[in-house]
Amino acid sequence: MKLITAIIRPEKLNEVLEALFRAEVHGLTISRVQGHGGEVEAVETYRGTTVKMELVEKVRLDIGVSDGFVDVTLDAIKSAARTGEVGDGKIFVVPVERVVRIRTGEVDVEAVTPVSR
Amino acid sequence: MLVATALVLLMTPALAFFYGGLVRSKNVLNTMMMSLASIGAVGIVWVVAGYSLAFAPGTGWLGGGAHLLLNGVGLEPKGSIPHLLFMAYQGTFAIITAALISGSLVERMRFGPYLAFITLWSIVVYAPVCHWVWGGGWLGTLGALDFAGGTVVHVNAAAAALAAALALGPRRDYGRQALLPHNVPFVLLGAALLWFGWFGFNAGSALAANGSAVLAFVNTLFAPAATLTVWMALDRLRTGKATAVGAATGIVVGLVAITPAAGFVGPMGAIALGALAAVPSYCGILWRSRTRLDDSLDVVAAHGLGGATGALLTGVFAAAAWGGSGGLIEGNAAQLGKQLVAVLATLAYSGAVSWALFKAITWVATVRASERLQGRGLDVELHGEEAYGSGEGAILVLSERQNRDAQPKPLPRVHTIADVLEI
Repeated sequence: MKLITAIIRPEKLNEVLEALFRAEVHGLTISRVQGHGGEVEAVETYRGTTVKMELVEKVRLDIGVSDGFVDVTLDAIKSAARTGEVGDGKIFVVPVERVVRIRTGEVDVEAVTPVSR
Repeated sequence: MLVATALVLLMTPALAFFYGGLVRSKNVLNTMMMSLASIGAVGIVWVVAGYSLAFAPGTGWLGGGAHLLLNGVGLEPKGSIPHLLFMAYQGTFAIITAALISGSLVERMRFGPYLAFITLWSIVVYAPVCHWVWGGGWLGTLGALDFAGGTVVHVNAAAAALAAALALGPRRDYGRQALLPHNVPFVLLGAALLWFGWFGFNAGSALAANGSAVLAFVNTLFAPAATLTVWMALDRLRTGKATAVGAATGIVVGLVAITPAAGFVGPMGAIALGALAAVPSYCGILWRSRTRLDDSLDVVAAHGLGGATGALLTGVFAAAAWGGSGGLIEGNAAQLGKQLVAVLATLAYSGAVSWALFKAITWVATVRASERLQGRGLDVELHGEEAYGSGEGAILVLSERQNRDAQPKPLPRVHTIADVLEI
């Protein structure tokens, strides 16, 4: 199992979600985060105060997947989140020791397999 | 009339809140600026030329140049109020009408071309149509009834909004993503303030503190109340729930619909008119959202259909006893015909000229915000501000002046994270 953490542009979130659902990746968590990834800073002015915004709004996706789903997930995020300009974000893949589904007590691969409805 | 003028001016910031709440948070400042900026640009142009072209003696089609730069507009009475005050009162109408158009253009238009459009529009479209109805032009002579601007303001703005939205094209995400209101309390605040300002708009249009003003005031209170009630009922029937955005929209539609009729129909007629007016706009909004027409904030359904319905129903409910010439109900079917002529003429002229004007601007300027710009949001990209920024990660850029003062050992002009890391 792997934990995939992706940092993407907020305006790309809908496209990424669409791509993930199409790839049958259903379980995920998102959070709004701020970060700096080398992109050109926006300059803002409020009356006489001019500032450079060093931190940019991003969305972070955390997805726990079984090994077979890693490449599918990466491809979906890569193709949907890309604009080609600096600031598109990054994807981190981290090994996971154990996963537990709280409701059933299922562990590991069963725990990251979507519930059949 | 001073108070009425101030009330009508309040409607433009109220519209800014109404529209601002309906867009996404990354575009709220741009959307609100589209309304507010009208007070500046259109207000000045009204003083320079708009007033003269609308109200100076001229032909049936256009006013003359006698009042350019307020020439001859002083404290002498015009009707029952000073001429200068009449000019200012009418100016607030020109400002709100131009601002109404922005509802079909939000979230995708660059700011400069927008300002150019509404400023020129107030001269080539608003002033002539205003002259036709109120300035001694042909529609007024014909006997078409428009108490406070159902055709001049609302049908006029909606026709322009439709033409401009077609010329501009839809938003990047339109039809692909749900584009939802980011602040519904803003929408309700805007609708409430619009209602408050509308008392100046309708009652003030009597141009005196008299019986006609009282009638218009009372109708402005109860006609939208009827629209609001019917709107919530329609919402409840269709989805099972009465929605807040729906209620705000219903209020605005009711206000629009009673505008042309305010001083011509009795209170019971106004309530019937308000109730009936909910239906076409409600259906219009449902239909529009299924099309490719990105009239983003439904200017056409709310102001176009609402205004046209109100103008036509004025021809039905107008009561001689209350100050109108009698309408259809009193056996005067010809009045309905005159109302129809006024609506169609305004639609045709405003639609065609607005479209041509918008196209002309697209030839000399980049009108659409690029895909990237729409993605990041117009607030940061066009105005260099954020509505709801936390201030985290903001690094002060020291001004040139502070640099000079710091001689002979100049401070680095900009502190970035990179600079800090090097230290």
